[in-house]
Amino acid sequence: MPAVNTLDPATVRPEHRPIHRHRVFRVLPGFRLTMGITLAYLCLIVLIPLSAAFLRSTDLGPERFWQVVTAPRVLASLRLSFGASLVAALVNALFGFIIAWALTRRRFPLRRMFDAIIDLPFALPTAVAGIALTALYSSNGWLGRWLEPLGIKVAYTPLGVVVALCFIGLPFVVRTLQPVLADLDREVERAAETLGASRLQTFRWVVLPAVWPALLTGCALAFSRSVGEYGSVIFIAGNVPMVSEIAPLMIMTKLEQYQYAEATAIAVVMLLASFGLMLLINGLQLWTQRRQKTRS
Amino acid sequence: MSPTRIPASLGGNLLLVVALVYLGVLVALPLVVVFVEAFAKGGAAYLAALADPDTRSALRLTLLVAAVTVPLNVVFGVTASWAIAKFEFRGKNMLITLIDLPFAVSPVISGLIYVLVFGARGWFGPWLMAHNIHVIFAVPGIILATIFVTFPFVARELIPLMQAQGSDEEQTAISLGASGWQAFWHVTLPNIGWGLLYGVLLCNARAMGEFGAVSVVSGHIRGLTNTLPLQIEILHNEYNPVAAFSAASILALLALVTLIAKTLLERRHPELRSGIAQRA
Repeated sequence: MPAVNTLDPATVRPEHRPIHRHRVFRVLPGFRLTMGITLAYLCLIVLIPLSAAFLRSTDLGPERFWQVVTAPRVLASLRLSFGASLVAALVNALFGFIIAWALTRRRFPLRRMFDAIIDLPFALPTAVAGIALTALYSSNGWLGRWLEPLGIKVAYTPLGVVVALCFIGLPFVVRTLQPVLADLDREVERAAETLGASRLQTFRWVVLPAVWPALLTGCALAFSRSVGEYGSVIFIAGNVPMVSEIAPLMIMTKLEQYQYAEATAIAVVMLLASFGLMLLINGLQLWTQRRQKTRS
Repeated sequence: MSPTRIPASLGGNLLLVVALVYLGVLVALPLVVVFVEAFAKGGAAYLAALADPDTRSALRLTLLVAAVTVPLNVVFGVTASWAIAKFEFRGKNMLITLIDLPFAVSPVISGLIYVLVFGARGWFGPWLMAHNIHVIFAVPGIILATIFVTFPFVARELIPLMQAQGSDEEQTAISLGASGWQAFWHVTLPNIGWGLLYGVLLCNARAMGEFGAVSVVSGHIRGLTNTLPLQIEILHNEYNPVAAFSAASILALLALVTLIAKTLLERRHPELRSGIAQRA
């Protein structure tokens, strides 16, 4: 990545040439040094170790690789991780929207405290969240003892995985929606209502189209975090093979059995999914920003 | 869980109640239960649990890991955001995406990749063994994995902040004769101070609380390579809830302090919200 040196006309392409000729002091010092450190640190900490996963997964050979990642127990764990993440993202889409709406549109006591609490899943270490959720939803816990007589078993079932992922994913949805809802011009909603639209119609045809990209982005962020989530899930999941065993735990299990190549193969599948999601999220964020600009 | 279907015509108050109940039950209750369970057998049992030597050494290791990780990521974050925010170059968006990568990686995989590089059967494993250097199942591995998972925090907070501030002030300082270092120290640093503090806060919370990545590389040697989150897991698996929740209460307190400080910072500097909050 060569820096554009505005002092040396030879390296400057026309579009980079400074418009004001007298501002030759545009260039600050330190580009090479800071870029050098940045790239070195990035390679050492992130890129080289990550490439290790991809390179080492080739140890298995394509046939064995396919066998490992399509083994029934591995497939079941992948299905649970992706499926529960999807369900949790959808649940949070609904409740996250209601919460974001309440926080931006309503005035109520302790509003600021509730607003601050949204970030708790970011701040609370996952192991703490994990044992706390387990204590709440196990059969003699504060919530479990009420749910179990109703036939709803949460702890040590796939439902427990969904609950933990709802906890982890909520801030992504709320925090992505809040600024968009706050920017939304309420006059437009009032106008729709004046023109005879019902609340539901206003929501469907005025609010939803405006917040749609942000809602999708928030859900995608929550989904992406949930797929790889480990700490908050494993305590409440019960980790029954084929039933409530998540994919990251599958990697952990293979590692504990010293099956490094197998663990790496599952990791590569998950990494590819994560990187795909990341590209999707970047695209969604661009879309959200563009929408925001054309509206304002 | 709370009821899931609400006819929209029932009005705002009902929706508000739904929002608060969902928040209260799903998010706030887990925090409350930590402290209630920690003190379930009284204050003496709580203090006795915290006096346990293994728990204490776990706390010490957690503090050590954060004390190494956070400064390293601060230096990286400031350096990277200087390069990215103050200069134009091709591939800038690509570089920002690469810095974001650790956010997309599962914690377990974040640990696994270091096992593949430094483990006994990893790339450098035989060499490290020959020189009697222990990385995996030892403290260096724990620190490396923690650096990885907290890698983007400071940089992602500072980049948008420094981009918004531009570089006019630094250019003025330099045209008046300041050195690059002086311009950074006296102009840039005061401007980004609050953003830096905000990034450090979130980076530290994650560094002290990381579980999955550390779990892979730690080897779970009691009193030696157990961080506080790992110690909580062990105590939980031993059916010792008071001890597990007592240890957890320390991390829950850290989370509370982080949240309060973060909220206060955001109230004074609303622009800070734009950076990490959406990604962390």
